[in-house]
Amino acid sequence: MLPCDTFPYFGINLKEYIMKKVLSLVLAAVMLMGIITLSGCGAKDSNTIRIGGIGPLTGGAAAYGNAVKNGAEIALEEINALDELSFDFEFKFEDDEHSPEKADNAYNALRDWEMHILLGTVTTTPCLAVAPKTFAERVFTITPSASSPEVIEGKDNVFQVCFSDPGQGTASAKYIAENAMATKIAVIYKNDDAYSTGIYEAFKAEAERLDLEIVSTTTFTTDTASDFSVQIGDAKANGAELVFLPIYYEPASLILSQAKSADYAPVFFGVDGMDGILSLKGFDKSLAEGVHLLTPFSADSEDAKIKSFVTKYQEKHGEIPNQFAADAYDAMYAIYEAVKKSGVTPDMSAEDMCDKLSEAMTQIQINGLTGAGSALTWNEKGEVSKAPMAVVIKDGVYVGK
Amino acid sequence: MTFLNHLINGISLGSVYAIIALGYTMVYGIAKMLNFAHGDVIMVGGFVSFLTVSSAGVPAIVSVLISMAVCTVLGVLIERLAYKPLRGAPSLAVLITAIGVSYFLQNAAQLLWGSDSKVFTSVVPFNSISLAGGKLVITPESIVTVSACIVIMVALTLFTAKTKMGKAMRAVSEDKGAAQLMGINVNSTISVTFAIGSALAAIAGILLCSAYPTLSPTTGSMPGIKAFTAAVFGGIGSIPGAMLGGILLGIIEIFSKAYISTELSDAIVFAVLILVLLVKPEGLLGRHVREKV
Repeated sequence: MLPCDTFPYFGINLKEYIMKKVLSLVLAAVMLMGIITLSGCGAKDSNTIRIGGIGPLTGGAAAYGNAVKNGAEIALEEINALDELSFDFEFKFEDDEHSPEKADNAYNALRDWEMHILLGTVTTTPCLAVAPKTFAERVFTITPSASSPEVIEGKDNVFQVCFSDPGQGTASAKYIAENAMATKIAVIYKNDDAYSTGIYEAFKAEAERLDLEIVSTTTFTTDTASDFSVQIGDAKANGAELVFLPIYYEPASLILSQAKSADYAPVFFGVDGMDGILSLKGFDKSLAEGVHLLTPFSADSEDAKIKSFVTKYQEKHGEIPNQFAADAYDAMYAIYEAVKKSGVTPDMSAEDMCDKLSEAMTQIQINGLTGAGSALTWNEKGEVSKAPMAVVIKDGVYVGK
Repeated sequence: MTFLNHLINGISLGSVYAIIALGYTMVYGIAKMLNFAHGDVIMVGGFVSFLTVSSAGVPAIVSVLISMAVCTVLGVLIERLAYKPLRGAPSLAVLITAIGVSYFLQNAAQLLWGSDSKVFTSVVPFNSISLAGGKLVITPESIVTVSACIVIMVALTLFTAKTKMGKAMRAVSEDKGAAQLMGINVNSTISVTFAIGSALAAIAGILLCSAYPTLSPTTGSMPGIKAFTAAVFGGIGSIPGAMLGGILLGIIEIFSKAYISTELSDAIVFAVLILVLLVKPEGLLGRHVREKV
């Protein structure tokens, strides 16, 4: 029953077939040229320490990756301007779209660039793919914001600038109890995400210890992250005065807007994943009014260091920096201090630097932007020690409490 | 009262599934193919409305019309470029092509508009209705979605039953070869089907994004799969079946979340589908067609 002018297979006719052949040849030629041009740009400055960065610059977690990149670049400029060392630092950032596979590609690209030190990755899931490789291949790694304890577990050369997930859960429960914010609490968490479940479990344990009553616990997954009517309905029906959201800002923004539609106005309490909600494009900031979050950084602080950072960031990027930018800034200074302390030089390989830097990390202390005025120090496990602080959103900006 | 709230939420979610399922079911009924790119046409519809409102500042209702027009053109284009050359080909080739078109649309959207999600402003500018002292809350989006769903179903049923084009569609659906011999232009009938299906996809996309105000290149994929399930559940090829399947699926999803487990809701939804297909393979309202030997 096929018309006679068509090829017997899949109805492609002869003219189209020839056209496609020609087109594929042209495409192949274009790709070949691309490869030739790419391989041409391998020239590197031999007198710089090369720091690679990995994080999501596009996709659902893009706000974090961009903040880290921008914050680290500001620190880098300051450090290079200090001119205390005989060499400079160079920083190159690769996008991972918050995906472990893409992070792996980004890591390989940076290895080809002969990176000495890795600042990253920004988010936990990709970090769990990259950190074992940097451990095996001996590349000194400092993550500004990947907060799962698994990231650093058993790896002597991987350090965190942010609090660990259980640390955030425990601190949140303590803060709610100490300030008598609520007695009946609802939790909505994302149960296919290591970050969210990690915080939830620690929060639950600490809440039980402090006699806080969790009246409603509901979950969602990546596939069900749009309709929250049931979760909100459950919290409302059980009379929760506070809803704890150990999740990222994107689903959190949907929960806030759907809670408003359902006429439900409890106190919403988030952790560092909530940071970034105000820079979400098109988000109605009035929805976030009164949202509390536990974060180690507040952009409106009177601290001179923070003020200067915020001014520089605003001039360059036109927005108020969040905690991720501050963590990245501190990470860059931690690298700088560790380099100074250990006396490594750019002619060394990443492998040679790794042990020296890891040893120096546990000896340095920096007065950074995060930590509410306390100094940041690290133990051998790679955990940071610094003080947390709570922030509340008022009139569309983060205000320290 | 909580039960009523869940029921309303379920019907509202189900109505969105129903409108999407109508697109699947029409194309399947007439062209006998599964258009897996349908979910992504929904996403394009959402983006067109979002862009016209946020950057061009047109009123919401105009943006709905523009979005319908763009999706109609897109649907017909997809049919012409991707599916028409394969009309005589084995159905597996068409199915793979449909999946390819779906990926193409998703990635093109990512390239054009970026992969970060946007906050969609609802096209329904009213406040929620609060009854029984705030215990029962009905959102304006659910009212609009449910009424749109009913209007569309009635209009489509009338269209296929009364108009000449509708009759042609039913004829092509019965027997393509015989319809062609009777002087019906099969190609243009299929094009019209795609046009209607895609216009419905635009409406579904806008309603979906209004109810759950987020928009990204993958927004359409999960609702697309659920709506496909709904279409099969209700009996693929049947217009009232798609509507019934969609609404039931929405209610089952919300109820299983509310009363059984928020973690297992999707598993329960798909388990129900398997059960229905085991007992009644043609779906709830589907017709059992005997294969001619």
